[in-house]
Amino acid sequence: MSLSSAAPTLGVGVRLEKVRRAFQELVVIHDISLRVETGEFLAILGPSGCGKSTLLRIIAGLAVPDSGTVTLEPSDAPNQIGYVFQDAHLLPWRNVLENAALPLELMGVPPAERLAKAHEALANVGLQEAEARYPSQLSGGMRMRVSLARALVAEPRLLLLDEPFAALDEITRFRLDVQLRDLWIRRRMTVIFVTHSISEAAFLADRAVVLTRRGGNIKLDHRLSLPETRSNELRTDPRFASDMKVLLTAMEEEQ
Amino acid sequence: MLRKTLPALIPFVVIVIAVEALVRLDLVKAYLLPPPSAVFLVILHDWPELFGALAKTSAGALIGFAASTVFGISIAVFLASSKGIQRAFFPYAVFFQTVPIVAIAPLLVIWFGYGMRTVIASAFICSVFPVIANTLNGIVSTDPALRDLFRLYGASTLVTLFKLRFPAALPQILTGLRVSAGLAVIGAIVGEFIGGQGLGSVVDVARTQQRTDKVFAAVLLASLLGLGLFGLINLISAVSLRHWHASEHD
Repeated sequence: MSLSSAAPTLGVGVRLEKVRRAFQELVVIHDISLRVETGEFLAILGPSGCGKSTLLRIIAGLAVPDSGTVTLEPSDAPNQIGYVFQDAHLLPWRNVLENAALPLELMGVPPAERLAKAHEALANVGLQEAEARYPSQLSGGMRMRVSLARALVAEPRLLLLDEPFAALDEITRFRLDVQLRDLWIRRRMTVIFVTHSISEAAFLADRAVVLTRRGGNIKLDHRLSLPETRSNELRTDPRFASDMKVLLTAMEEEQ
Repeated sequence: MLRKTLPALIPFVVIVIAVEALVRLDLVKAYLLPPPSAVFLVILHDWPELFGALAKTSAGALIGFAASTVFGISIAVFLASSKGIQRAFFPYAVFFQTVPIVAIAPLLVIWFGYGMRTVIASAFICSVFPVIANTLNGIVSTDPALRDLFRLYGASTLVTLFKLRFPAALPQILTGLRVSAGLAVIGAIVGEFIGGQGLGSVVDVARTQQRTDKVFAAVLLASLLGLGLFGLINLISAVSLRHWHASEHD
């Protein structure tokens, strides 16, 4: 049952076909087609307001595209998606353990089992000591880790993250980047990570897609070159610098 | 506790001493503004009658307030169920806030007769709107991200209501109850003016007898009742929201 000892969870493939989404006259996403491979770690980069969040919500099924299709492959398991928001969004009246167990509770998993799984998920993000505490008693970084544990507790095959660490200080963010990458290596779920931070995309992902400023189209689809296991020393690696340059150039052209 | 209530007692003591002095120095006539010492003497002297009246008023206000809590929250849940329902019915909820209770109190007597039922109805009408408005506001302003999360894991409307919307609206609901508690006391006393019992009746009778000291005694007890209810809600609030913010820790 343990998350760490279990065979790696299989990811899902995600296929977007000419997805379009408009709010009244404003076309936010303009016929995006994108294929995310099973078990891939993809970063979606773009300036603010380019429709990244909307795209993520569409992939999660929380928003409906005006036209085009989103296909998850395979599409059999109904609860295969984990979602992490820009802020932690925890329930303030529940302690850390109950917060992490929430998805399983909503899925109807019995209390003993869901608390055991929440316990493991929290241990995986280094929060086993804080289970009985309440969100108001945690630092921003700890809250975000609870949010991450909550997204992973149901062992999703697709993890969607919407600028999850944007509000945190840099050291905390670096630490969480490494932690997230480690979790991915152990679990091999498909990860789609939306960010406006070029360095975060270059450090975390295997592949980065840059969206255009207007029209929400794909400007650049770039395969990153860092080795599989990431540590913070790689932030000074020449390969990291060259990836940064490629992404930066694409982003600058969209400013 | 003492450190928190003491500052509030200081103005009370100052005003009591000032009023006492004004009357004793004959700057204000005692039949217009009774000296606090006389009011306290009335309370002591007429304690059995006043206590009985206070008990009746408390019962009427509390039952009316409880009805406001139950119906107010239920009505808010109903209103929150759709935008259309909200548009159709919310204006009628506003009726409860704008209704001039003094004007319709005689109607209540015709409908419910003299006594407790009129008092409860009056307390209810006066105090239900803040519960409806605040609960509704709390329920419809649930964090959209959390609503998304509940949808993502297939939570039903009912599950979302009880596990997310309700608890998330708790601070607003308690704000509504805090306002509503004081209004319930006012409503009960207005009802008693017409319905003929409790502190409202004591005020009414004492007024016709020019007994301003007794009027003040009854008003003082009514305010203490209001304060007590307010304190009770604050206590419930502090306990149920203790994990929410730093402000409730103090």
